[in-house]
Amino acid sequence: MSSETALLEEYSKREYKHGFVTDIEADALPPGLNEEVVRTISAKKNEPQWLLDWRLKAFRHWQTLQEPTWPHVHYPPIDYQSMIYYSAPKQKPLLESLDQVDPKLLETYEKLGIPIEEQKALAGVAVDAVFDSVSIATTYKKTLEDAGVIFCPFSEAVQRYPELVQKYLGSVVPAADNFFAALNSAVFSDGSFCYIPEGVRCPLELSTYFRINAQNTGQFERTLIVAEKGAYVSYLEGCTAPKRDENQLHAAVVELVAMDDAQIKYSTVQNWYPGDEDGKGGIYNFVTKRGACRGVNSKISWTQVETGSAITWKYPSVILQGDNSVGEFYSVAVTANRQQADTGTKMIHLGKNTKSTIISKGISAGFGQNSYRGLVKIQKNATNARNFSQCDSLLIGDKCGAHTFPYIEVRNTTSQVEHEASTSKVGEDQIYYCRQRGIPTEDAVNMIVNGFCKEVYQELPMEFAVEARKLLSISLEGSVG
Amino acid sequence: MIVTETTSYQEQFERFEQELGADKPQWLRDLQRRGLARFRELGFPTTKLEDWRFTNVASLAKQDFIAPLTPRVPGQVHDAGELAAQALLDDSFHRLVFINGRFAAEFSRIGELPEGVQVNHLEQVLRTQADQIGEQLGQQASLENASLTALNTAMFQDGAVISVAAGVQLETPIHLVFITERDEQAVASFPRSLIKLGKGSNVQVLETHVGSPGATYFTNSVLEIELDDEAELDHYKLQSDSIAAHHIAATHVHQRGQSIYRNHYFAFGGALSRNEIACTLDGEQVQTILNGLYMISGDQLADCRTRIEHAKPNCESHEMYKGILDNHARGVFNGRIHVHPDAQKTDAKQSNQAILLSDDAVIDTKPELEIYADDVRCTHGATVGELDDTALFYLRSRGIPEPLAHKMLIFAFANDVVQGAKIEPLKKYLEAVLLADHGLPQV
Amino acid sequence: MLEIIDLHARAEGTEILRGINLTVKAGEVHAIMGPNGSGKSTLAHVLAGREDYEVTQGKVTYDGHDLLELDIEERAALGLFMAYQYPVEIPGISNKYFLKAAINAIRKYKEQPLIKTSEFLDLLKTNLAKLGMDKSMMERSVNEGFSGGEKKRNEVLQMAMLQPKLAVLDETDSGLDIDALKIVADGVNALRSPDRAFVVVTHYQRLLDYIVPDFVHVLAGGRIVRSGDKTLATVLEAEGYAFLEPAGTPA
Repeated sequence: MSSETALLEEYSKREYKHGFVTDIEADALPPGLNEEVVRTISAKKNEPQWLLDWRLKAFRHWQTLQEPTWPHVHYPPIDYQSMIYYSAPKQKPLLESLDQVDPKLLETYEKLGIPIEEQKALAGVAVDAVFDSVSIATTYKKTLEDAGVIFCPFSEAVQRYPELVQKYLGSVVPAADNFFAALNSAVFSDGSFCYIPEGVRCPLELSTYFRINAQNTGQFERTLIVAEKGAYVSYLEGCTAPKRDENQLHAAVVELVAMDDAQIKYSTVQNWYPGDEDGKGGIYNFVTKRGACRGVNSKISWTQVETGSAITWKYPSVILQGDNSVGEFYSVAVTANRQQADTGTKMIHLGKNTKSTIISKGISAGFGQNSYRGLVKIQKNATNARNFSQCDSLLIGDKCGAHTFPYIEVRNTTSQVEHEASTSKVGEDQIYYCRQRGIPTEDAVNMIVNGFCKEVYQELPMEFAVEARKLLSISLEGSVG
Repeated sequence: MIVTETTSYQEQFERFEQELGADKPQWLRDLQRRGLARFRELGFPTTKLEDWRFTNVASLAKQDFIAPLTPRVPGQVHDAGELAAQALLDDSFHRLVFINGRFAAEFSRIGELPEGVQVNHLEQVLRTQADQIGEQLGQQASLENASLTALNTAMFQDGAVISVAAGVQLETPIHLVFITERDEQAVASFPRSLIKLGKGSNVQVLETHVGSPGATYFTNSVLEIELDDEAELDHYKLQSDSIAAHHIAATHVHQRGQSIYRNHYFAFGGALSRNEIACTLDGEQVQTILNGLYMISGDQLADCRTRIEHAKPNCESHEMYKGILDNHARGVFNGRIHVHPDAQKTDAKQSNQAILLSDDAVIDTKPELEIYADDVRCTHGATVGELDDTALFYLRSRGIPEPLAHKMLIFAFANDVVQGAKIEPLKKYLEAVLLADHGLPQV
Repeated sequence: MLEIIDLHARAEGTEILRGINLTVKAGEVHAIMGPNGSGKSTLAHVLAGREDYEVTQGKVTYDGHDLLELDIEERAALGLFMAYQYPVEIPGISNKYFLKAAINAIRKYKEQPLIKTSEFLDLLKTNLAKLGMDKSMMERSVNEGFSGGEKKRNEVLQMAMLQPKLAVLDETDSGLDIDALKIVADGVNALRSPDRAFVVVTHYQRLLDYIVPDFVHVLAGGRIVRSGDKTLATVLEAEGYAFLEPAGTPA
């Protein structure tokens, strides 16, 4: 059994012992999506009427929407009726022997040393694990409760803190926001809920670990983080999935709310299964992430390292509503083999003296296609708004592509917006120089790539930065001959 | 909806076809009919299309503009004479003058041309050498997704034709003057022009667009340019249309090896102007330089679009666009650089800088890079913002009061583009325009 | 002409000037020397009025005016000129246009008639010749694409054109070879007169061989730690700034 499966199992066992979840059925709904499915999901979770109504409204709206075609990615049409929209894990993990685990995935974890979850648990990081569609366990509950921090599975929050959920759910990403957000709003199964009360600095790094396991299952989790006045939280998100020949859809929604003087730091290391060398299989990662800096002096910072998924469609954004609020986006996106990524951010400046920084590093190798797509919008009343954007692309090999689509819309004279972009390659002369000094090619490439990504790594919590670096070197393995 | 908006042009087309069709060669009639069909199919663009996201042509689509059916009668002009006089920078230039889309012989003047140089108007060329031009027309300007290019293709009657044989260096610039003067009905004109430079030839072309002050009209211009190996073209375009005009223009450039194309675009006029330049760098060691300045106020909208197709290795493209926007003006810049898989050693630079002088002014900018080759140097930059503090301090420390220093720096910002012009009278003229515009004393 | 009393100034929260006292009379040339980071350039910029520096204490009187109360351009109009260590490039404005604009702005401030173009051109021609500059440089944008030497020469040309009462030269010698240095120094010397004063900020004694000062001050740790006549510069040249250490200035 892989150590990471073992760990999950361990969590599950602990969970049952503590009685958090009492009624886990080993069930999955049949494939297909209709109002009945939405009602069933809601009923299984024993949800209040308002939430069911909210889901149904989202579902009805979703039916009127078209899948977006503007991203610079290509994939065959998705059959939304052949997908399973709800699957709860059995008490035993599905993977029982190593034979069932993709050897490449195992190799990956071997190369990573110990699994990330264990490492985090040792380091004292509170973890919420979402296995397929359902939250498995939340650790360090006690420490957090003592601090007044609420950190629990979303479904639990619906039962225990319905007022909070109702107040903030959909307040940043409305149910009708876009095709995938509407779909998520209709069928979301679980996710994490996090609430930091006024003046509290969250004593632990919070983390959610997502894993898609079941076949033919879409994963639709929802994360909601609220930081009240003066609160601080750092939140980490990691994801993996086993190798499957067919593509799987992951359409998550993340909403962040920061009130006066509050700070939210959200870091992601996304390592969904990217498909094989020929582009077979892999996750479609179509995610809506958005934060609202509601209060004055609030700050939301997104850091992402995107190495996985067959297709990534994701624009973690910040609405800078409060005066003096700050939005940041730091991103490393790697596309190797046949991977495609269309990712970037939106910074919407509404308040005075608002500031945003965008640092995006795209790395393309093999046949990978990597696009940065971003919007910087300065509204009329956003006096003295500042934005700095830098989008750099690194190409490894001559079959890949790097693209930049920045939108800049300015409606205020006192604002300053700067966008810079550059494209470079890992030069043969650089590699030659390294090798002449005794550094093997692979290490030289890693060195150059790491140097290229340094500004983003600096933003990651330490243990995540280490993991990100390793992941990157693994996903680029063999891309330079 | 689309049907009603395109119907007026359908009717005008049928009238042209009836009255003038018999004189036209069959290939031309076919081409124009294809243009009409395509335009009817696509309709006027809407803001739902990514390429027209920021530029709404609904008011243009709704209005009736009439293209004159018959050529102008010489001598029957309103203010075209004055407009022509204003537009002429230097009397020694070769010039073709068009009024409301049709050639005006009495204002035009072609001096002595070296052997192998043809400067003529399209209607004349179609009458005398139709087949020769047949291979060129519509060669660069595709109808595919361009409904307004399709409309031009359906409706054009006249335009400029310039062709230069291999090796000819033409010292005197060629000035193309497009005048639209007020008429009883709002005028539509559809100039269609062709420029073809033979191997190693070298020409300067200046294109000016002017119109009766305050007149509402619609210019839809298409220009197709072919540069053979080592040819060099300096193309200046000064768009000083009336403040109520709609100016839609597409320039398509096809460049062969080692050719040089320089485009300098100055946009001051028009209620709505859209200038698209599409260059295909189809040969090695090609150089493409696109510079532009848009300076607008009131409720004007200026949309500048450039597309550069790096199709072959070892080419260079440099682009610098600057915008100054006052009052409720709206500026749109979209620059696209597409590096094809085999275009190694491409060196592409692009920058767009804009200054807003009013909180009601708007700038939407989208510099795009699409790169499929790994050994390339591509950069783009876009800035929107205030003036350089250090420069402001420097000026003030030399005794220049802040408000004046401010104006001088805005002038400097714009003048930077003007200085790229190599036609001296044009440079002087533009400098004077800029100084006057910013209330600065003339040199 | 210039009286600085207990001047303190800081930039980005760090105190750089910590109590400067200096009196400069008309006709005098004062050299300010000192190691890197001693506050020499800060002093020059504070006098010119650069807003990045905050004066926290002290008083500066210039020609009867409270200098610190004046705007940057007012100081210039009243005859204070600063020659920059790093002259700024302004693409799009020609040197000629810039100079004329400056002269006229100052005349306007003094309620004098604007300069006639012919008069301006004559003046420009004379000064260009004195500095060995080609007149084509005047058509080029302000300092754009100029070499280090050309930029410094351009600063001296501006000084000659604007005829200031007090000129502050900030490291005018940096980046100059010996020939360029001589030309610049000759230009400055030609402007020396009984009713004009100079403050020459420099790291090296070299420049002072050509622009001979009446007084030399050594700036260290934001204070003037030693003053003397021109021989002090020679001592510094021979011994370096090491002698400052025992003086115990807070680093």
